[in-house]
Amino acid sequence: MRVIEYRIDRRAGVATYLQIVQQTKQALRLGLLQPGDRLPTAKEVVAATAINPNTVLKAYRELEREGLVEPRPGLGTFVRRSLARPESAAGSPLRAELAAWMDRAREAGLDREDVAALFASVLDERLGDAPPTPN
Amino acid sequence: MTSEYAGDPGAAIVARGLGKRYRQTWALREVTLRLPAGRICAVIGPNGSGKSTLLAMAAGLLAPTTGSLSLFGEARSTSATRRRVAYVAQDKPLFPRLTVAETLRFGRELNPGWDQAVAERVLRDVDIPTGARISTLSGGQRTCVALALALGKRADLLLLDEPMADQDPLRRSRMMGALMAEAAEHGTTVVIATHVLAELDGVSDHLWLFGAGRLRLAGDTEAIQSAHALVTGARRDGERAGDRASNPGLPPELAAHAVVEARATGRQLTVLVRPGGTELEGEWITREPSVEEILLGYLRNPTAPPLLLDGGPTDAPEVAA
Repeated sequence: MRVIEYRIDRRAGVATYLQIVQQTKQALRLGLLQPGDRLPTAKEVVAATAINPNTVLKAYRELEREGLVEPRPGLGTFVRRSLARPESAAGSPLRAELAAWMDRAREAGLDREDVAALFASVLDERLGDAPPTPN
Repeated sequence: MTSEYAGDPGAAIVARGLGKRYRQTWALREVTLRLPAGRICAVIGPNGSGKSTLLAMAAGLLAPTTGSLSLFGEARSTSATRRRVAYVAQDKPLFPRLTVAETLRFGRELNPGWDQAVAERVLRDVDIPTGARISTLSGGQRTCVALALALGKRADLLLLDEPMADQDPLRRSRMMGALMAEAAEHGTTVVIATHVLAELDGVSDHLWLFGAGRLRLAGDTEAIQSAHALVTGARRDGERAGDRASNPGLPPELAAHAVVEARATGRQLTVLVRPGGTELEGEWITREPSVEEILLGYLRNPTAPPLLLDGGPTDAPEVAA
């Protein structure tokens, strides 16, 4: 059973392998991928997306480096751990605080883009820049 | 000439000082490059820039006028190296009177390592009936048959000259998917010549850009990308105001960097550079350009300095032709 299907946006301005990494992590956060699930093989991914096979392997190596998946020789690449966080689930205090903050931002007259820019700016300031693209 | 690269089996293609002259005209000059095995290489350039000449030489169909070319460490074209190479020429020569199935049988008889299942799967993917006669197929369908033949050969190196030029978008993506699936499974090296870069966006991981018979960009796609920066800033007073001046007066802080292209639009100046050692001073917004932006910059500016990362003697600054 194929549990995840990657969508590659060639106009996204995000490196293709990062799109695979991000979509995998997103699926791990949302619980769509769970420990023990097998990721699609490089051949399956490239047959469907017509991207370079090395890109898929690079994405999987990156996920492996982060301890999220592990290759089992001859069998495929399997999910090791989930990224689903109870702290960020619906109903959690952190999420409620952020929602309240966004309500205040809207009351203060900020629109969606203003909020996104402000959020991204503080995110970078507090939690560091987005990870640089490794070569 | 014995190449020092002979015996470099990790490289699918090594060329050194390669040149080809037709009568008085050089189609290709002083080309030095190295393609590691397993890469998907895009060969880009305007028509007549030397792409097809390079592919035909790699296929062993044309002899070089100067220099050397070796495949998988073999300096000479032997029947053993030819067996490892499949070449799909631009005009896709097939026998018009044969059916598709007969064409595949032909491929099976000529090629010891023939893989009928792969060839049939490719044709099924793109809905080409094996009973159809070649003469009744469209140009795009014939290309698919030629690609199916090349894949059925199970070659280690596929040389494809404009393989997607006459394909509709759906068939193009299926063909490319089939090609990449084969490469994923067998580690096949694929060299694709095209003048439509968008065809190979996200597909290629190695790049050769040709212009007027010379190599202008060569190397790993990411390395080429990270060697460039696209900087945007405001033009200062005193700089000539022109609407779309194509190399407008440049601010002095850019002089230390290799400028590929500078374009002015209104008050804005956009410059594609290969940054030198020094940090760029002043109010500039710097970002990494897309591969397409880089290629367009070089294509619009034939005099931009070449960047050759494949290694070899032409890395040195070029002397005038």
